[in-house]
Amino acid sequence: MASTAIAAGAEPVFHLEEEHAHAEGGSTMLGFWLYLMSDCLIFAMLFAAFGVLGGNYAAGPAPKDLFDLGLVAVNTTMLLLSSITYGFAMLTMDKGRVGATQAWLGVTMLFGLAFLSIELYEFAHMIHEGATPQRSAFLSSFFTLVGTHGLHVTFGIVWMVTLMVQVARYGLIEANRRRLMCLSMFWHFLDVVWIGVFTFVYLMGMLR
Amino acid sequence: MSAHDHADHDHTHGGAAHGSLKGYLIGFFLSVVLTAIPFWMVMTGAIDNKQATAIIIMAFAVVQIVVHMVFFLHMTPASEGGWSMLALIFTVILVVIVLSGSLWVMYHLNANMMPGLHEMREMP
Repeated sequence: MASTAIAAGAEPVFHLEEEHAHAEGGSTMLGFWLYLMSDCLIFAMLFAAFGVLGGNYAAGPAPKDLFDLGLVAVNTTMLLLSSITYGFAMLTMDKGRVGATQAWLGVTMLFGLAFLSIELYEFAHMIHEGATPQRSAFLSSFFTLVGTHGLHVTFGIVWMVTLMVQVARYGLIEANRRRLMCLSMFWHFLDVVWIGVFTFVYLMGMLR
Repeated sequence: MSAHDHADHDHTHGGAAHGSLKGYLIGFFLSVVLTAIPFWMVMTGAIDNKQATAIIIMAFAVVQIVVHMVFFLHMTPASEGGWSMLALIFTVILVVIVLSGSLWVMYHLNANMMPGLHEMREMP
């Protein structure tokens, strides 16, 4: 307790140093990365469930009867294009060009919406053919895995619209840059998960 | 002052976010190629052996995931002072344990406990 001997006037010095070390949002990116890793574990569980149950058709439709690889290829292209356009949004954000950033975010959102529409069309088509989630363990695990990914993309689009409104109102301030960087990680992460989905669910399903 | 701020800013975020146009384009080109080849292989049945095809498309997926990590997510061993990489390695270990463990256990359970399953699978 030697510090008690020091005059009270010395205290602000400690305060200043402490404030300097913790820049606002300095740990946000790492925290968000940890969230993504925990999200990755959710998808790992769903992939494991699909891997175990994916062959149990209960005498119902198999992947070969249901999947249209051409459609999945188009879907994959949409998500890949949205990844690169989000990258362009980040590059224009670095240059501080609000208009261009908003435009690229808009293009990214359109590709995301195209992806979702194609996926919903595929789901509707499958359900119309009687391949509902209740039909077999294969279909239950398929809809849970692919549906969870689709739900993530949906929330990513909601987030993107929110940030576009934020940027329109307040410009590319430090807080908005940080938020856009978090969404960037989220969006690219979803693309990484989709690589697993089209490989393990669609391509491997057609090989079964 | 602003230059100092910028340097500080870069330092805070490490390699977590900023990329270059060249980096994004290389990543995009690689992922298009790495997506197109597996789709082409499965759609045309280029290799007759299904098991070999499965192994090859899995290898392509792993390479593409690494490409996305490097060119889009800008992962380097140095980002966030190494903590991002540590979290990633930990997650990958867990994912490998969960996936391989589940598949291994359940495959043997199916093979040993349900002799009728394979016949049922062949039914239309």
